[in-house]
Amino acid sequence: MASVELNNVCKSFGSVEVLRDVNLSLEGGEFIVFVGPSGCGKSTLLRLIAGLEDISAGELVIDGERMNDVLPARRGISMVFQSYALYPHMTVFENMAFGLEQAKLSPDEIKARIAQAAEMLQISDYMERKPRQLSGGQRQRVAIGRAITRQPRVFLFDEPLSNLDAALRVDTRLEIAALHKRLADTTMIYVTHDQVEAMTLADRIVVLNAGNVEQVGTPLDLYSKPASQFVAGFIGSPRMNFIGGEIAASQGAATFGIRPEHIDLSRKKGQWKGTVRLTEALGSDTFAHVDTETAGMVNVRLAGAERIGEGETVFLTPQPDAIHLFDDAGRPVRKARAA
Amino acid sequence: MTAPAWLKTTGFYLLVGIIVLQALFPFYYAILTSLEDGQALFEVNYLPAVFDLSNYRSMLSDGVFGKQILNSVFVATVTVIISLFLAITASFALARIRFRGRGLLLLTILSVSMFPQIAVLSGLFELVRAFGLFNSLWSLVFSYMIFTLPFTVWVLTTFMRALPVEIEEAAIMDGASSFTIIRRIFVPLLWPAMVTTGLLAFIQAWNEFLFALTFLSTDSQRTVPVAIALISGRSEFEVPWGNIMAASVIVTLPLVVLVLIFQRRIVSGLTAGAVKG
Ligand SMILES: Nc1ncnc2c1ncn2[C@@H]1O[C@H](COP(=O)(O)OP(=O)(O)OP(=O)(O)O)[C@@H](O)[C@H]1O
Ligand SMILES: [Mg+2]
Repeated sequence: MASVELNNVCKSFGSVEVLRDVNLSLEGGEFIVFVGPSGCGKSTLLRLIAGLEDISAGELVIDGERMNDVLPARRGISMVFQSYALYPHMTVFENMAFGLEQAKLSPDEIKARIAQAAEMLQISDYMERKPRQLSGGQRQRVAIGRAITRQPRVFLFDEPLSNLDAALRVDTRLEIAALHKRLADTTMIYVTHDQVEAMTLADRIVVLNAGNVEQVGTPLDLYSKPASQFVAGFIGSPRMNFIGGEIAASQGAATFGIRPEHIDLSRKKGQWKGTVRLTEALGSDTFAHVDTETAGMVNVRLAGAERIGEGETVFLTPQPDAIHLFDDAGRPVRKARAA
Repeated sequence: MTAPAWLKTTGFYLLVGIIVLQALFPFYYAILTSLEDGQALFEVNYLPAVFDLSNYRSMLSDGVFGKQILNSVFVATVTVIISLFLAITASFALARIRFRGRGLLLLTILSVSMFPQIAVLSGLFELVRAFGLFNSLWSLVFSYMIFTLPFTVWVLTTFMRALPVEIEEAAIMDGASSFTIIRRIFVPLLWPAMVTTGLLAFIQAWNEFLFALTFLSTDSQRTVPVAIALISGRSEFEVPWGNIMAASVIVTLPLVVLVLIFQRRIVSGLTAGAVKG
């Protein structure tokens, strides 16, 4: 069980500060997901933990041991890269054996570990193939297999599924979830852009924004109690409606936020009157973009089969206990009175 | 208006024919001459008239010439091995390690190869003497690096830059030292590029004349380009063209054989790096 702690970690490339005072405390065996917009420093943070980048200031502690100056291979960490980064000239077996050879394990031990990992990932049949003779999904498994054989304390994934097609992504996501169950002692840190991956895999999610940690919490925490307007907009798909002006001001806030799934739609009466401009039917849900008189464009979710025509006049009512209010700095405002 | 197809085809092959002729005729004529002897040498003919191996026999039975070929083999081989070793380690630093003045250093390396040989000759001569290498084959190994290193370093750096950084980072995570990464990851991946540059370096070293003429003074130490140039006839006024041509053909053969052996590697070397693993 390896806990990971980051204390006031900063990272600058030259004069550009990429990470600012990051404080995180991960428990052993936890599955942590880093999310955030492109360029916010997710990969950089992961690479700091891996030891591929130097920490400019602050402290990285794994299992109570300061790791700032420990070589990457000595940190007990394995990393799965976005591009897989398999050695192109080595067979699958050699790819998996390389790290173990560097660690000076006995050939028997190496064979045993690889056989075990290969079986777990169902890649035993291609052990003698080169990476270029494998499909994308198979390469991904080999990359994961290579990481497993080193029996790390901490597992790092940098967007491991982003090069796979949609169907394979789902399968591999489930496999990673299963892997986490099986390797319950291993702490996993996972970087992704994908909402669904983040929500389904994570024990806790870390939301990063421009080098700052915005919020750390369980997926449902972030969804229901976002600590900032940024998190509210980032978590949840489609994103939360943000309404300014009168409606927000009447609640003593700069911004009034409500998720599409928390608005009731009626053809007869409600708080906001508007016209349906566009509908998106996804089968399980339908999303209606409603042009309201007072609240601007509002996105509303309709359950399953409900149909609505474009151009129809409708009334919207936000569910009172699902309203989020933010001040002009994006910080949450306690609800003054019921809506 | 378009020219008729047959005209285009004919024109095309005519052009190809001219190019091939100008590229190959000197060699063809050398081989032709090397197979003639005595008076036949001085009759201009473009088709084989006689087939006489006596020039080859006389060259090969000359003990010093065999020794001189070995000298050339030694100098060229050692030059290539040392160049490649230095180049691959240097290009690792130049391609992968961020340090101040890296771009300047690369340009300096390239500019070293821009000086004409004659410009550095006297300075090099002093160095060779100071190191006590005069009339030693090592003087050539040492001086040939002047032109083999810049382009091997430059080419390998370019190829190394094209390799994905993540592969190297994966190796770092696997606990490989820099030297292991070079040996187990870069050398196998850059092998085609190394074969190509190594071969070009070999050819340059094999054919070099000026340094070889200056730094070596005795017949048994000479390398073949100088040796051939210094082949003399029975009298001051006779140029033994037959022998010279036979010797030239003999020393070209190793190069042809090398190219044939590594042919497939060379082709893949020119396209390697275009495909990611
Ligand atoms: N080696 C580097 N030198 C200079 N700046 C860098 C370097 N690596 C990253 N950066 C900068 O640091 C910032 C964070 O980069 P990082 O790769 O961590 O983003 P990310 O959150 O992983 O983005 P993405 O989701 O697009 O992968 C970016 O603005 C990037 O330009
Ligand atoms: Mg990234």
